[in-house]
Amino acid sequence: MFPEKAVADGLVDAAHLAEVQGRSLWKDARIRFFRNKAAVVALVCLIAICIFAFFGSALAQYERDAIDFTLSGPNAYKGAPSFETGHYFGTDADGRDLYARTVQGTRISLLVGIVGALIAVIVGTLYGAVSGYFGGRTDGLMMRTVDILMSVPYMFVLILMLVIFGKSILMLFVGIGLISWLDMARIARGQTLTIKNKEFVEAAIAIGVRPMRIILRHIVPNLAGIVVVYSTLLIPGMIITESFISFLGLGVQEPNTSLGALISRGASQMQYGVIWQLAFPLFFFIITLFAFFFVGDGLRDALDPKDR
Amino acid sequence: MYSYIFRRLAVAVPTILILIVLSFMLMFAAPGGPFNSDRPLSPTVMANIEARYGLDQPYWKQMWDYTVNVVTRFDFGPSFQYRDRTVNDVISQGFPVTLTYGFWSFVVAVIFGLALGIMAAIRHNSWLDYLAVGISIGAQVLPNFVMAPILVLVFTLWLGWLPGGGWNGGQWEYVILPVVALSTSYMASIARIMRSSMLEVMNAGFIRTARAKGLPMYRIIMRHALKPALLPVLSYLGPAFVSMITGSVIIDVYFSTGGIGQFFVNSAFSRDYSVIMGITILVGVLTILFNLVVDVLYAWIDPKIRY
Repeated sequence: MFPEKAVADGLVDAAHLAEVQGRSLWKDARIRFFRNKAAVVALVCLIAICIFAFFGSALAQYERDAIDFTLSGPNAYKGAPSFETGHYFGTDADGRDLYARTVQGTRISLLVGIVGALIAVIVGTLYGAVSGYFGGRTDGLMMRTVDILMSVPYMFVLILMLVIFGKSILMLFVGIGLISWLDMARIARGQTLTIKNKEFVEAAIAIGVRPMRIILRHIVPNLAGIVVVYSTLLIPGMIITESFISFLGLGVQEPNTSLGALISRGASQMQYGVIWQLAFPLFFFIITLFAFFFVGDGLRDALDPKDR
Repeated sequence: MYSYIFRRLAVAVPTILILIVLSFMLMFAAPGGPFNSDRPLSPTVMANIEARYGLDQPYWKQMWDYTVNVVTRFDFGPSFQYRDRTVNDVISQGFPVTLTYGFWSFVVAVIFGLALGIMAAIRHNSWLDYLAVGISIGAQVLPNFVMAPILVLVFTLWLGWLPGGGWNGGQWEYVILPVVALSTSYMASIARIMRSSMLEVMNAGFIRTARAKGLPMYRIIMRHALKPALLPVLSYLGPAFVSMITGSVIIDVYFSTGGIGQFFVNSAFSRDYSVIMGITILVGVLTILFNLVVDVLYAWIDPKIRY
């Protein structure tokens, strides 16, 4: 009696132990991610940038479109960054507070990146999953369409669209969304091809689940890892695309601004010794991209089944 | 092989046609015509202008004429903005410039990228390797519209060594900064891809065999390792070419080199649809042709590819 109780206790203990040590896929990934120092530092930077972009305007002493005419024009020393005047980052060539504008520029750039990636995730994942799951002629047709769309020089088409439908942030979102999902569709399709032959999909087919439901309930959740990794790596690409177009003056229009537009303005003024007009937007642009790249790399190392 | 090329062409031709038709349809979706201005023209004048540019025809006829002209005679029609010039004039003026520094950028990116990648892989975990990795990480966050101002700031404003813009008939001082600004990020990408594929190849069995035979290192690399390691780089060249052409828009605008990118952006501001369409289609055709060449090369180098 007594020893049996001990065994039973031991079993309970062991079960308890096993429960504690059991780690889910995502917990495993989280542990691997936080072991990667570069990725953690990048994540902290990213959070700081988000706080700066969404709450930084609380610290601004000026409205972003308030013009101080005494500081406008090529101002080598008048609009220099200083804490006394409240222009922490100085002023731009029009005498507007660069801090407030950088906050807004960072916000818009982040938004473009995130919205672009979201569209890519939703459209691309579904498209790729459907194409991969059905296979055969459907797959061929859908992937040839992607191939054709990919060989279109999208930046030129995007500019063409912006010119025709007007240069606005909304159009920029639409244009970037139209192209961002192509790569994601390919990746999701490739992954679906391996998933669809697994037993759980077979079981679902056997009990008569409809194809769309299999895709949404069984395939898409299993794509989550690769989709998360790829979308973090996609965001900096979207930010670069937006900045590229805004650098040319075809993207975000005044009085709104983005990092690309700010870099462009700063670059056109730098010969007057107002280097801060280039330096601050450039700093935030580079840090944002770095942060996304390293977080994405860290996520890939943590989630990619290949590296285990 | 020929049937493979033929099949690829069979896909490329409809793609180009779709591009033409799509951009034409986009143009018609535009609110307002190219000649709507702040001062409304009298109806007679408007009708005359539209007749001159063929805009009074029905849409399908215009589209058909345009497509036929482009396909059979490479004729992109008159520019809406520059009254005395055709789109072909604009292209033939700007394209040689873009082609010149684009070609050099491509050469620089490929040669230096490959060299850096190979060195990094051979001297794995040495300072050279770390340098190559550092450069390729750094260049990821320095796209050409960031590189260009930084280069001008350093080499023109601070050091005063090189002119910060202009073309001057393609004199070498004027070509350097555009080439460096355009090629850096591609060089870094090529170096990164080459490094990882070279590392993989150098660990393969046939390289160990070659080493065991006592072949000298340079011979192992040149004869055995290079060709299989080149394959991933080759498949990157297609996308790289596209983004290089795209990047040339920035270079043209920032350095005022007078290439097609500058015309493209100017036309974008002045809503000169025919020039925008002409350049878009030209770039699209080039892209498709280049991808075709890369794919054929790939099939030729890699014996495992079945075509």
